[in-house]
Amino acid sequence: MGIGSSLQQPFAQHALLASTIVALTCGLMGPFVIMRRMSFAVHGMSELAFTGAAAGLLIAGNALAGALCGSLVVAGLIGLLGERESERDASIGVILAGGLGLGVLLLSFYRGFATAATNILFGDIFGVSSTQLLMLLVIGIAVVALVGSIYRPLFFASADPEVAAARGVPEGLLSIVFLLVLALTVTEAAQIVGTLLVLSLVIAPAAAARRLATSPLAIALLSLFIALVAADGGLLASLQFGNIKPTVFVTGISFFVYIAARIFGPSLMKRKNRSLNFERTVTS
Amino acid sequence: MVEVSQEATPTPEPDDRELVQFNKATMRFGQRTLWDSLTLSVIRGEFLAVLGPNGMGKTTLLRVMLGLQPLSSGAVEVENEAPRHGNPRIGYVPQQRRSDSLASIRGRDLVRFGCDGHRAGLPFFNRDVRRRVDGAIREVGAESFANAPIGTLSGGEQQRLRIAQALVSDPRILLLDEPLLSLDLPGQSQVASLIDRRCRTTGTAAVFVTHEINPILPYVDKVLYLVGGRWAAGSTEDVFTSERLSDLYGIPVEVARVGNRIMVVTAEEGVPYDLMDDEKCRLLSEIESKAHGHR
Repeated sequence: MGIGSSLQQPFAQHALLASTIVALTCGLMGPFVIMRRMSFAVHGMSELAFTGAAAGLLIAGNALAGALCGSLVVAGLIGLLGERESERDASIGVILAGGLGLGVLLLSFYRGFATAATNILFGDIFGVSSTQLLMLLVIGIAVVALVGSIYRPLFFASADPEVAAARGVPEGLLSIVFLLVLALTVTEAAQIVGTLLVLSLVIAPAAAARRLATSPLAIALLSLFIALVAADGGLLASLQFGNIKPTVFVTGISFFVYIAARIFGPSLMKRKNRSLNFERTVTS
Repeated sequence: MVEVSQEATPTPEPDDRELVQFNKATMRFGQRTLWDSLTLSVIRGEFLAVLGPNGMGKTTLLRVMLGLQPLSSGAVEVENEAPRHGNPRIGYVPQQRRSDSLASIRGRDLVRFGCDGHRAGLPFFNRDVRRRVDGAIREVGAESFANAPIGTLSGGEQQRLRIAQALVSDPRILLLDEPLLSLDLPGQSQVASLIDRRCRTTGTAAVFVTHEINPILPYVDKVLYLVGGRWAAGSTEDVFTSERLSDLYGIPVEVARVGNRIMVVTAEEGVPYDLMDDEKCRLLSEIESKAHGHR
């Protein structure tokens, strides 16, 4: 089945819409996650979204709602236990391991389809129902609205915390809101690439963008663009080559874009810096 | 529009208006007293140098004025009010650190933080903000490198952008924490004269934390010298005397003027050395702990 005929089908249209929503939220959050050095927190949240999803399946047959609860609980725990940056990594590691064990236990009680478990871990974009799509949309809008309302102070506090504190930016409140929004984002991304591979949509596009641009606006736009290319591109590729899961293509694309950015970024930046230095000698 | 504040005297703002007042201000951390009963004022346009070895509460003094830390006892007023968190009339230049999160952003973005970084919402293009950011960049002479990522700039260039960030909100009071640290000599004199010019032309007061007096000697109006809980304040001529500094350090020291430099020399450890030499700060704290033991 080729792309053209597949896109006539509602399942493929749902999937494409869902991956677009997810890519936009992930691309938006990525630069902040990297600036605040919270990649490991994202991983912790997504692993625990698995535990939540297992619980959700077991109790209500709803993995998405469970995953959402799971990552929100972890966001709260990270906020409570990892207040100091030096302790954050360690406490996330502890929470992650404990929570994942619990998830395995929960899953052993689950008597439903065996694929439900692997779908949580590796994503199930083609299984998105219209209610799930609606839920993804609502979560996505919430993420964009929340980040949009705190974008400027969040950027200030993430890049330049000392002066931000002196200027009265409420870092404590911002980091709570940020963790909450991150939990929402992780839950969304887990639907596409699975809880194990959330980093490929949240971290990789932003990490690549930071290698290719310097202005905050350019980094934000590039991060959004790469996330879109990875998510939608991966989905379309999977439609073309029917028997391979979209997760494989999504992670593959974001991985290779990052590698390319690492290879070609420095020379790109150097050229830009050279022209700036030229400007410098001319004006001074 | 007519000014309605008739209850005040109709004379214009006097030039010696006090912007900061410390009144018997004391700061303690546990058993340790950083400064005791500090009484000091900073007036309009004044260049105040806060001197002393490391760990004597110089940065804490700035944090008190920023409203980030309360006093243990006594009072402090900034423009006749208790210090408050996020006061836009204070510009703050923190101690320089290597920072990954800052390395990739541009100088221009750093300066803009000082303008509207604390406001909610998205950083849309704004002509007025752009004009103010450009003005601050021009004031510190950073036009030629303001668009480069901060990580690619020299220490002096970064420090000038930091000062532009502090000036962009047009503050009455400028707090600078070791702004000359890790700068070469031309960089030091550039930054010092930049601050001095700001004080003279706009009446902004500068509280300049440093452990070395010589690079700023031509500009300083008043010094505050902090050593182990004790303090001395006044003009450089008043404070930099052998008698006063011996009293402050609790050991015999001699103040020598060599050319246009001041040296604070002690022979307490056998070999004479300059107490204001930054490499000797480590030894100094050892002497300090001995002096405390003898009292």
